[in-house]
Amino acid sequence: MTIKQILMLIPVLPLLAAAVVGIFRNYLPRWAAHVLTIAGVGAAFALSAYIFKQTLNGFTLNEAVYTWLNSGSVHFEVGFLIDNLSAMMMVVVTFVSLMVHIYTIGYMEEDPGYSRFFSYISLFTFSMLMLVMSNNFMQLFFGWEAVGLVSYLLIGFWFTRPTAIYANLKAFLVNRVGDFGFLLGIGMVLYYFGSLDYATVFQHAPELADTQVNLLGNCQWSLMTVTCLLLFVGAMGKSAQVPLHVWLPDSMEGPTPISALIHAATMVTAGIFMVARMSPLYELSTTALSTVMVIGAITALFMGFLGIIQNDIKRVVAYSTLSQLGYMTVALGASAYTVAIFHLMTHAFFKALLFLGAGSVIMGMHHDQDIRNMGNLKKYLPITWITSLIGSLALIGTPFFAGFYSKDSIIEAVELSHIPGSGFAYFAVIVGVFVTAFYSFRLYFLVFHGEEKWRHAKHDDHAHAAHHDQAHKDAHDDHAHDDHAHDDAHHHGLGPNENPHEPGWVVTLPLALLAIPSLVIGYIALEPMLYGDFFKNVIFVNSEAHPAMEHLAHHYHEFMHSPAGMAIHGFASLPFFLAASGVLLSWFFYMKRPDIPAAIKARFIVIYNVLENKYGFDSFNEKFFAGGSRCLGSLLWKFGDISLIDGAMVNGTANTMGKIAAKIRNLQSGLIYHYAFAMIIGVFLLMTFFIKIN
Amino acid sequence: MMQADLTSISWLSLAVWLPVFSGVLVLLLGGDHKATLTRWLALAGSLVSFLVTLPLYTQFDVQDGFFQFEELLPWVPAFNMHYHLGIDGFSMPLVLLTSFTTVIVVLAGWEVITKHIAQYMAAFLIMSGIMIGVFTALDAILYYVFWEAMLIPMFLVIGVWGGPNRVYATIKFFLYTLLGSLLMLVAFIYLYHQTGSFELADYYLLPLSLQAQIYIFIAFFMAFAVKIPMWPVHTWLPDAHVEAPTGGSVVLAAIALKLGGYSFLRFAMPIAPDAAHYFSTAMITLSLIAVVYIALVALVQKDMKKLIAYSSISHMGFVTLGFFMFSQLGLEGALVQMISHGFISSAMFLSVGVLYDRVHSREISAYGGVVNKMPVFAAFAVLFAMANSGLPGTSGFVGEFMVILAAVKFNFWVAFFAATTLIFGAAYTLWMTKRVFFGNVTNHHVAELSDLNKREFLILGILALLVIGFGVYPQPLTEVMQATSAEFLKHMAISKLPVTGY
Repeated sequence: MTIKQILMLIPVLPLLAAAVVGIFRNYLPRWAAHVLTIAGVGAAFALSAYIFKQTLNGFTLNEAVYTWLNSGSVHFEVGFLIDNLSAMMMVVVTFVSLMVHIYTIGYMEEDPGYSRFFSYISLFTFSMLMLVMSNNFMQLFFGWEAVGLVSYLLIGFWFTRPTAIYANLKAFLVNRVGDFGFLLGIGMVLYYFGSLDYATVFQHAPELADTQVNLLGNCQWSLMTVTCLLLFVGAMGKSAQVPLHVWLPDSMEGPTPISALIHAATMVTAGIFMVARMSPLYELSTTALSTVMVIGAITALFMGFLGIIQNDIKRVVAYSTLSQLGYMTVALGASAYTVAIFHLMTHAFFKALLFLGAGSVIMGMHHDQDIRNMGNLKKYLPITWITSLIGSLALIGTPFFAGFYSKDSIIEAVELSHIPGSGFAYFAVIVGVFVTAFYSFRLYFLVFHGEEKWRHAKHDDHAHAAHHDQAHKDAHDDHAHDDHAHDDAHHHGLGPNENPHEPGWVVTLPLALLAIPSLVIGYIALEPMLYGDFFKNVIFVNSEAHPAMEHLAHHYHEFMHSPAGMAIHGFASLPFFLAASGVLLSWFFYMKRPDIPAAIKARFIVIYNVLENKYGFDSFNEKFFAGGSRCLGSLLWKFGDISLIDGAMVNGTANTMGKIAAKIRNLQSGLIYHYAFAMIIGVFLLMTFFIKIN
Repeated sequence: MMQADLTSISWLSLAVWLPVFSGVLVLLLGGDHKATLTRWLALAGSLVSFLVTLPLYTQFDVQDGFFQFEELLPWVPAFNMHYHLGIDGFSMPLVLLTSFTTVIVVLAGWEVITKHIAQYMAAFLIMSGIMIGVFTALDAILYYVFWEAMLIPMFLVIGVWGGPNRVYATIKFFLYTLLGSLLMLVAFIYLYHQTGSFELADYYLLPLSLQAQIYIFIAFFMAFAVKIPMWPVHTWLPDAHVEAPTGGSVVLAAIALKLGGYSFLRFAMPIAPDAAHYFSTAMITLSLIAVVYIALVALVQKDMKKLIAYSSISHMGFVTLGFFMFSQLGLEGALVQMISHGFISSAMFLSVGVLYDRVHSREISAYGGVVNKMPVFAAFAVLFAMANSGLPGTSGFVGEFMVILAAVKFNFWVAFFAATTLIFGAAYTLWMTKRVFFGNVTNHHVAELSDLNKREFLILGILALLVIGFGVYPQPLTEVMQATSAEFLKHMAISKLPVTGY
C-alpha cells in the first residue's frame, strides 16, 4: 500500500463507519455501532501515528487527490498536505476521538440515540481530519463547515429539549458569521494569488507584501492586513473569540463526550490551527497580529471572570476553554505560532480529561450538573478524582505538568513581544493565571471535597434555568417548549440517601489514558516543538519584525537549559505565585469560610450581575441582531412586497384600470342633454382657442 | 455501423416531442377509472423521455463551445422561420434537469392526485416537452411559441389542482409573465426587420447602435426578469407556489425559473452585449437586493412554501449576479447554481408536500417535533436544509462559492453583500427546520404522523444522492460548460456598436 493510499484511508475509514452506522442504525445491533466506529477511528489513529513517525523522519507530502472542479484558469482540488503540523494534529484528533468513542459506550449507555451518536462523532472525526490534512483553502473551508455541521447536530442531539435546539441554531449561525468573513478572506486570496493552493499562496506572499487595496473611498489598506483579518474572523467564530464566543457556553447542551471532543479538544482549536498554518501570511501584517493578540487577550481574561460565577460543572469548564483559547490566540498574535500549537496540543489532552471527568461526575450525580449539590466525591469516584486533579493542575500551569510548559511559554513570549497591544495582552494573560487557578479549584473543591451536599436541600434551579428563560424569550412562536418539564426528567439528580458510583472501565480507562499525556507531554515535547526543528519548514516567523520567538529561544537556552530547569525556574516565577494564591484563595473561600463569597456577592451585586448576564452579549445579540433581522424582514415584507409592489403596483395597476374604466363609463350616460352640454362646452373652448391664436 | 446509426437519430426532437406524445397518449388512454394504468403509463413516458436525453450528455463534445445536435428544417418559409434545435454547454444540463424532474414529478403525484389523474400527468409531460423546446430552440419564433405555450399547462396545473386562492394566483402569474413576453415579441419583430431572419445566429452577428441595444435589452429584461424572478417583479412567485400542487411547485422552482436565467444567456446578453455591459451595475444591484432583501423577507414567513419560494428568489439572485460580472468563474457558478437549485428546491418542496399530504397544512406553526415521529424524513429534511444553506459537500455550496469568489474580484462590496447569504440563508432555513422538526410533539396531528413510505423515500433518496454527489464532485457538471462559457465571454467582450465615422 502506498503512503498516499494510507493517507486516504485515514479520513475515509471514520467516514465509512459513520455512514454504515448512520444509515443502517435501525438494522444493526447496538454493539455494532460502537464496534464499527471504534474500529474506524482506531485504525485512523494507528495509521496517523504511523504517518507521524514518517514525518519525524522527514517525510512530507503535498498532493492532489482529485480535481473538484475547473473553471477557466481556476482549479479547485481536494488534496493533502502532510507535514509535522498536520501529522501532529491528526494524531491528537484521532487519539482524543478514540478516547471519546470508548468513553461514550459508558456515557450514552441508556440513550435511545446510541447509534446515531456514534455515527455523528465518527463523521466529526472525518470532517476534522479533512480540515487538518487539507492542502488548499477550499478543502479547509469544507472541513471548517463540516465540523460546524456535526457540532450543530450534536449540540442538538437531544432534539426535544428547547435549550438544546436553541443552542445548536445559535452555534451554527454565530459560526456562519465567522465563516462569512472567512469566505471573503478566501476570495481575497484567490483574487490576488490566483490560486487556493497553500504552497502557491505562501510562495507568492512575500511578493505581495506591499500591495495596497482600495476598499472604501480612497483609503488604502494593506492587502495582507485585510486578508488576514478576514480569515481571522473565521477563526473568531470557530475558536470562539470575543465577540463571537457566545455560542460556546450554550454548546454545553450537547452530551458531555462531544463537549470534550468538539468543544474543547479539537474543533474549537481549528481557528488556532488555521492561523498557525497561515503564518507566512500573518507574518506580513503586524496590524493583523496586533488585532489577533488583543482579541485573544480580551477573551483570555474576561471569559475567565465568567468562569468564577458559574454553578454548572460543564459551564465552568466551558469558560475555562474560552479563556485558554484566548491564550492560544494571544500566542499567535505574538508570532509564537509554535507555542500556540504546543498549547493547543497540551490543552487538548487536559481539557478533554477535565470534560470527561466532569461527565463521570455527572453520571455519578445522576445527571445533576450543579456543583452546589456536590461535595466529597473523592470518596466515591477515586479515579475521576485523581485524574481531574491532574487535569486541573495541568490547566493552572503547575510546574512539570503539560499545561505549565505551554502556558508559561505563552506568557514569556507575550512579555518579549513588542507589537502594539502586547502590554495589555501581557497584563491579561498574567491576571488570567490567577483567575484560572481560582475558578478551577473552586470547582475542584466544591465537587471533590467538603460536605456531601446532595444529602441536604437542593438547589433546584439548576444552572440551566436562566438559560431556559432566554430560549423562551427568543422563540416566542416556538411551540416546543410548553411542556419542557419532562425534558428535565433527564436531570433527576441523586437522592439524599444515595451514594454516587464510579462508572465502569469504559469511562475510567479514557480518563487514565488522557491523564498520562496531561502529565508528561509538555516535558517531552517542549524542546522539539518550540526550540527544535519540528516546525522548521512548516511555520514561518519573520524574526526581524517579530523577534519574540527568537528571544524566547535565546532566553530558554541561556537560563533554563532543559524542561526540568524550566520547571524549577517556574517555581520562582510570578505566574506560579499567582496560580498558587488562586488555589489558596479558592480553598479559603469555599472550604474554610463559605460565608465570604456570599458576602462578596451581596456587596458587589452590580459586578455580579454583569457577570451573570455575561456582559450582556447574549441579550444584545438577541435584541439587536436576531430581533432586528426579524423586524426588518417583517417591514420589507409588509411594506415592500405587500403594500408597495403588490398593493400599489401590481394590484394597483389593475385597480386603476378598473377605476378609470368606471369613470369613462359614466360619461356615456345616454342622456341627450349631457351630450349637448358637452358639445356647447367644446365649441366654447374651440372658439376661445382660435380667438387667442389670432 | 451502430455508431453511425446512433448519431443520425434526432435526439433533440425526441427529447422535445416524446414527452408531448406520451402526454397525449396518457390523455387518450388514461382516466380516473383506470388510475393504475394511467400512472404507470405516465411513469413509463417520463422515464423513456428521460432516457432519450441521456445521449445528449454521453455524446456531448465538451471541447466544442458552439451548438451541437443541431436540427434544421424549414417551418414557415414565407417569414423565413425554421424548426431549428440545438444545444450547447448552457442548455444541455438544463435539458437533462427538465427530463429528470418530470420523472420525479410523476412519482410525486402518484397517490396524491386522485382526481383528473390523466390530465394532471399529461400536463406535466407536455410541459416537460415544451420546456425542453424552450431550452433547445435556436429560431426566435419557435422559441417564442414554446415560451408562451409553457404558460398553458402551468396555468391549468395551478388552476385545477391548486389551493383555495388559486384563481388570484393563476391570473397574477399569467398576466405578470404575459406582459413581459409581449415586449420580447416586439423585440423579435424588430430584429426580424433588421436581419430578415428569425435565426438566432444572425442576431448574434447583427451590429446594433447602443440605443437599439438598450431597447432590445429592456424588452428582453421584462420577459426574463419576471420569470427568474428578479426583485421587484417577483411577487407572483410566492403566490403561485402557495396555491400550486406539489408537482407544480417543483416544476416552477426547478425548471420554470431557469427559463428566465437561461434566456438571458441565450438572447438578451449576446444580442445586446453593449447594453448588457451598460446595465450590468443595475442588474448586479437588483441581484444583491434579491439576495439580501428577499432573504430577510424569507426569515419572517409563516408558510413553509412561501418561505421556500422566497428562498428560491434569493438563490436566483446569485444566478443573475454571476451572469453580469462577465467572468468565467461567476458565469459557471451561476449555471451550477441553477442546476443545484433545481435539485434542492425540488427536494424542499417535495418535503413540504410530504407533510402537507399528511396534515394538510403548510403553516410552520402547525408543526413541531416532527422528528419524533418521522426520523428518516427528518434526516432528509436536515440534509436538504443544509444544502439550501449552502453547506460545503452539497451542491448548494458550489455555485454560491464560485459566484462569491468571482465577486471578490469584481468588487469587494458586491461579494460582501452576496456573502451575507451564508448567515441569512442558514438563518431562515434552519430556523424553519427547528420549528417544524425539532422539539417535542406539539399536537395530535404531528403525533399521528407516519414516516416516509417507499415511494417518498425513493424520490428524496435520489435527490439526496444528487445533492451530495454534485457537492463532492461537481467537475462533470462544470466540464460541459467550460467551452461554451469561454466562447460566450469572448463574444460578450466584442462590441456590436457600428463603427462610426470619427
